[in-house]
Amino acid sequence: MSDSTYLGMPPFPEAARTALGDTQLRSNLAHATDTIRRKRAAVVAEVDDWEELREAGRAVKERTLRHLDTYLVRLEERVTAAGGQVHWARDGAEAGRIVTELVRATGESEVVKIKSMATQEIELNETLAEAGIAAYETDLAELIVQLGDDHPSHILVPAIHRNRAEIREIFVREMGAYGTPAPDGLTDDPARLAEAARLHLREKFLRAKVGISGANFLVADTGTAVVVESEGNGRMCLTLPETLISVVGIEKIVPSWQDLEVFLQLLPRSSTGERMNPYTSTWTGTTEGDGPSTFHLVLLDGGRSDTLADRIGRQALNCIRCSACLNVCPVYERVGGHAYGSVYPGPIGAILGPQLRGTDTLLDRSLPYASTLCGACYEVCPVKINIPEVLVHLRAQVVDEGRERRVPKAERMAMAAARWVLSDPARLAAAQRTGALGGRLLSRRGRIGRLPGPLSPWSDTRDAPSPARESFRAWWKRTH
Amino acid sequence: MDMPANVPENASGQALRKAPAGAREEILARVRRALADVPAAEEPADVAVARDYARAGGPAPGSPAVRELLVERLIDYDAAVRTVTAADAASVAEAVARSAAARTAGPLVVPDGFPAEWLAALPPERVLRDEPPLGVGALDRAGAVLTTAAAAVATTGTLVLDCGPGQGRRALTLVPDHHLCVVRAGQVVASVPEVLAGLEPARPLTFISGPSATSDIELDRIEGVHGPRTLEVLVLVEG
Ligand code: SF4
Repeated sequence: MSDSTYLGMPPFPEAARTALGDTQLRSNLAHATDTIRRKRAAVVAEVDDWEELREAGRAVKERTLRHLDTYLVRLEERVTAAGGQVHWARDGAEAGRIVTELVRATGESEVVKIKSMATQEIELNETLAEAGIAAYETDLAELIVQLGDDHPSHILVPAIHRNRAEIREIFVREMGAYGTPAPDGLTDDPARLAEAARLHLREKFLRAKVGISGANFLVADTGTAVVVESEGNGRMCLTLPETLISVVGIEKIVPSWQDLEVFLQLLPRSSTGERMNPYTSTWTGTTEGDGPSTFHLVLLDGGRSDTLADRIGRQALNCIRCSACLNVCPVYERVGGHAYGSVYPGPIGAILGPQLRGTDTLLDRSLPYASTLCGACYEVCPVKINIPEVLVHLRAQVVDEGRERRVPKAERMAMAAARWVLSDPARLAAAQRTGALGGRLLSRRGRIGRLPGPLSPWSDTRDAPSPARESFRAWWKRTH
Repeated sequence: MDMPANVPENASGQALRKAPAGAREEILARVRRALADVPAAEEPADVAVARDYARAGGPAPGSPAVRELLVERLIDYDAAVRTVTAADAASVAEAVARSAAARTAGPLVVPDGFPAEWLAALPPERVLRDEPPLGVGALDRAGAVLTTAAAAVATTGTLVLDCGPGQGRRALTLVPDHHLCVVRAGQVVASVPEVLAGLEPARPLTFISGPSATSDIELDRIEGVHGPRTLEVLVLVEG
């Protein structure tokens, strides 16, 4: 098979991580999903009314989505009345421009940031970097990844591929270049490493003038935003800066304050397997003498209204990003997060990715097939998204579109190849190597632009991200 | 082929030249178009939400059962907990002073509205007031912060701060490394629905369940990353 056949496939930038066979890494990953799965099961079993909560969660989301226009307008009104400023962004680029301008208006050239799916989705850090603004991620795992100049390997524990000795080495080597250096005599004791991160980031928190966040929920009736977190870096970003900019998808709304009683029970137990996460912050506009004096809320569409138009597919917008479906998914466990080609991996990624972006790319057409339809995801989903139903629906759509559009033969072949590759980790590794070579040859400015020959029909419509420069596998081979 | 409306622009961004005006109207119009299947007469309340889950009916607020559950759950998430059965303010003051002496040496930030009688046993030079508001540097140097709480949830082991009297602005309970919090047994409710019903959303709220934590290094749970690394709770049973 030629290299180019793989160009439109999921770029699998690091999917090969899960293809390492019987390595420490693979057992780390399996250990992570297994641990979290068991923790979740234990704390869910404590709750007698779990099924009633799930049903209420689903119903609240249905109510919200069926009247989203009403709630959006109400939210805007309440946030504004509470002293916040609301901006609307049709897509990620528009959101990026808005945020860039807001940061520029403060005169600052650095921001502290809480990890958020929405800002990752719109590649906000890259946009800010192009404008000369440094965005410091403040989650411990993200810091390890950022300082180590590599890529997250797991959605829940993004630095799981680094062991403590490596983390120590990265901290000792890199921290000084970006701010407070690692303490002298730093050991690889995890508590000492966490302390080094605390010291390193503290200086940034204390001087930060601008914070950027997402939000887990927005309450329409009260104009309240909610952030759920563990480390306290979120509280730092939400509290200490003078200006706070929150970028939030339009589907994150819940109608009433009371509705939070459902989600604040469902989310922590489903996500990290805790009865409650260490910190939850809520704020409504601005408060005199407490926290940021300026609050901007950027409401992001970015394909959500398109998703809403599909009566079966719209339930994907119920998602509260708990990641429970990932940890029970046999396909996810096998191929890892990156094979899904977006910040939304696993079963939810397989239904959300193609809907948010459309099914114009090969990747997005192949995603609905990245499932065995075993139904485990539906069972754990705290908001009862019927993921198998949506997958089947999207498959039918992809097939219909294929007929209508007379999908070029090369593309259909590649779709079949995608399924074939997804079915075997060893093939993933091979696909990744060829993908990296082929893609890099054609890429401009880090993106794959218009492609020649039989591949042009789909590459005309959108840019596919370039495969990573050096695959994890290549790196592994080079350094081990 | 037509460019779908949601195509993310690339780095060189054609869309940079498009005026952002009208985004609000366009998004609302898209949403309304997407909801063409929803009957015009349907109201939000017409979409049934069955609240069949437990909203009340657990142990009564402030009851021994609810208090004991809170203590158990706080300990489970590695907070240090002491139940103080106090007949009078002097014994509360003594408990506060003992905790302060045992764990920290530096100044103790005390927000406005913290009951003065509970401070009586503390050396006055250790008390640092947020008046005028302390800079972040001063907060960083302070060893600890001493506050009350707005409420607590037993089932989840959660303290809720609403920046009311004795709690101060949010930064006070965030920057110092040690948070000592006094909760009256009467403030403890059983469940999340009960606590939310009693809170004022207009105030900035912080829900705290144990000290800050991470499992980012080899899945080892480490207490305390950026928030206070020690959370100590005095559960006060008033005589
Ligand atoms: S779809 Fe997955 S991530 Fe989203 S709420 Fe359901 S289980 Fe959680």
